[in-house]
Amino acid sequence: MPENITADVLIDTADLNLFYGKRHTLHGITFAMSRNTVTALIGPSGCGKSTYLRCLNRMNDFIPSVSITGHIEINGENILAPETDVIALRRKVGMVFQKPNPFPMSIYENVAYGPRLNGINKHGDLDEIVENSLKGAAIWDEVKDKLDSSGTGLSGGQQQRLCIARAIATQPSVLLMDEPTSALDPMATARVEELIRELKDKYTVVIVTHNMQQAARVSDNTAFFLLGELIEYNKTSRMFTAPTDHRTIDYISGRFG
Amino acid sequence: MTRTVTRKISDRVMTLIFCSSGLFLTAVLILIGAFLWCEGSPALSLDFLTDAPKDGMTAGGIYTPLMGTIQLLFVAMFFTLPIGIITGLYFAEYSKDNFLTKVLRVSVRSLAGVPSVIFGLFGLSMFVIFMHFGSCLLSAGLTLACLSLPLIVTVSEQAFLAVPQDYRDASYALGATKCQTIFKVVLPSAASTIITGTILAIGRVAGETAPIMFTGAAYYAPEVARSLFSQVMALPYHIYVLATSSTDLEATRPIQYGAILVLIFLVLGTSAIGVIARLKLAAREGK
Amino acid sequence: MKLNKIGHLKGSFESNGDNVMQHTVFAVSLTGILLMVFLLLFLFANGLPVLKDMSIKRIIFGVDWYPMEEPPALGMLPLIVATLAVTLMSSIIALPVAIALAVFTSEVAPKKTREFFKVLLELLGFVPSIVLGFIGMMLLAPYMQDVFGVASGLNLLTSSIILGFLIIPTVASLSEEALSSVSHELREASFALGATRWETIRKVVVPFALPGISAAVLLGVMRALGETMVVLMVSGGAAIVPHSLTDPVRPLTSTIAAEMGETPVGSVHYHALFFAGLILLIMTLAINLISYWIERRRVN
Repeated sequence: MPENITADVLIDTADLNLFYGKRHTLHGITFAMSRNTVTALIGPSGCGKSTYLRCLNRMNDFIPSVSITGHIEINGENILAPETDVIALRRKVGMVFQKPNPFPMSIYENVAYGPRLNGINKHGDLDEIVENSLKGAAIWDEVKDKLDSSGTGLSGGQQQRLCIARAIATQPSVLLMDEPTSALDPMATARVEELIRELKDKYTVVIVTHNMQQAARVSDNTAFFLLGELIEYNKTSRMFTAPTDHRTIDYISGRFG
Repeated sequence: MTRTVTRKISDRVMTLIFCSSGLFLTAVLILIGAFLWCEGSPALSLDFLTDAPKDGMTAGGIYTPLMGTIQLLFVAMFFTLPIGIITGLYFAEYSKDNFLTKVLRVSVRSLAGVPSVIFGLFGLSMFVIFMHFGSCLLSAGLTLACLSLPLIVTVSEQAFLAVPQDYRDASYALGATKCQTIFKVVLPSAASTIITGTILAIGRVAGETAPIMFTGAAYYAPEVARSLFSQVMALPYHIYVLATSSTDLEATRPIQYGAILVLIFLVLGTSAIGVIARLKLAAREGK
Repeated sequence: MKLNKIGHLKGSFESNGDNVMQHTVFAVSLTGILLMVFLLLFLFANGLPVLKDMSIKRIIFGVDWYPMEEPPALGMLPLIVATLAVTLMSSIIALPVAIALAVFTSEVAPKKTREFFKVLLELLGFVPSIVLGFIGMMLLAPYMQDVFGVASGLNLLTSSIILGFLIIPTVASLSEEALSSVSHELREASFALGATRWETIRKVVVPFALPGISAAVLLGVMRALGETMVVLMVSGGAAIVPHSLTDPVRPLTSTIAAEMGETPVGSVHYHALFFAGLILLIMTLAINLISYWIERRRVN
């Protein structure tokens, strides 16, 4: 781990290997992400960054042929251990998907979905959580008068911010974002990027992006993946001005990707 | 004649043939529809629907058979909907690629092709005789339930499969269990499609005659069935009886045609609601 | 940092609720299999006893069906032949019309007309068979009687026509779906090469839609095979092997429907009718298997 990345490690990955059946997809991933930082995972398509991301909230469990070795500790707990409470894990590690996917319910119910699962049903409590989450996702002012209208009636950018609000409603410590702006127009993208910069005050964000300029704009640290290997991991400023590995140089300068 | 001209002529001729098939269908429908309406509309009135058959069915209305059909539909749907929807859920959300699932699929699919009269035989031997229910509303309703099970299963499975995987992903990522995801996200999303499919199934079952002929339908019942174990009159069976064994053809003629019209309205009306609802749903989703 | 070999991760369905639900859903779904099993069981249990009184050869090949005599004559050949004849005749009448309608709706009709016909065809598929049987008996049969100068219009030909009308909407509607699903790009490629519409239909669209059309056709045939009310009311009810189109016939389905009401439970006649049901079921399952096999071949 580079010395310039300070301690207070929240997510510690050690020698993570992932297999789709016989195909060795992730090779010995080892690195650590600190609390309240934004880490960007970059690399060409198919390099394993989304697959890695989905390890962090055990969403790869849904693929039957997957097997994993290694260690991922979040807040000191190994989340790959067989006795891990995966349901609880997913409340603490939230996810925002590439294509905005609000439920076909009202805006209020979308955000309240997670808290309701946790047993919070009293209207007063839910109101507060919904409002805070929508504010935290910088969309409260736009929807506060139409909380009962359908979530799917919003614009693409608004839907994605609604999904962010929904994810932070369970008060996670980590927020995973899988190419969150690739389906949005430039203006909506800019708003979400601004939001990500604000979110790191409260959450630790890991964002997969194929857009290097975005990584440079929003992240503190960047990890470059290639063919399932972690090639380089550094502070973002260092990564884009003085990368050490020649493959990183090639990717960043656009020689492939 | 050059080849191109021949080709153009063939094209015109075939187009004509195809168009005439459409015209033919429309013409036949209009003719038959008009004929039925002419013969049957004199009998149609509110009394027709609310009076029971009288005088050996040469007078009166079709109240008893109409009620009987509605009762049969209730009983049939009561049994088939829960089982069918749950089976559809199994296929869509839970099934693995094992032997048992394959057998289940083959069973459901085969049942869909079984002739309705065979269901009648089954209903007779199993419900009427073996389970000692006798020839009654319950037996006939159960027989109809068996008949419509494959349809409900197929409709439900398709409805569940149509729910986008995105919704499930989002739900799981928020820490929901599979049980919670199904009840809170998948079922509500699929509900309208299932309801539409149910309406269509009701339309189909309402007109079935063979399965109820020896499991519960009666030639004549003095009143609407009061218990599950009474016999029922049913509209399609009533029409059959009137057409084939009525004593006074002239007197029953308008009643027969009136009953046919009522049955057509009932069945086609229900089916039309289902088809139009489905089209509206598809238009809304597909945008 | 220890290495922790997880191996194959099981699904994350850890809660008790999920387990209970999974098992309940599975248990309820078994009803489908149970139903099929019981159906076969009861048919066999009630049908096979007839073999005690008569050999299977005499049943299937015997030409005398007088089940109410003493001793009963249980030759089902006329019934079987009638079923096959009616199915064949109605298919010959219905299939060309149905496919023509499908082509018309999918390829020829302008947009509004196409929408209309699609809904119309689908709705017509819901018309109960009793209605068609009624129309056949009241309308067509007397007409046929005049046209052909026969003693009764209730015969093989009339019932085949009505049965044909019964299956036209279903076959047309499903075939239309198959034709519509052929991608637009394929048609455009054909037109761009200078083909006429009929040529495009014949050479491109129909061949591509053939699996769907075959499925639709088989479905129609299966429906004709298993149809009861139409043949009960229109086919004439004489248990003879037909020699001409205007002979009255009595297919298996109408035999069962007509006679079951009068038959004492447990008698030889009773068992014979169940046996007839078995034969019918086997014929239906055979067609089902063929269509399943065709579908499997197409996927591969």
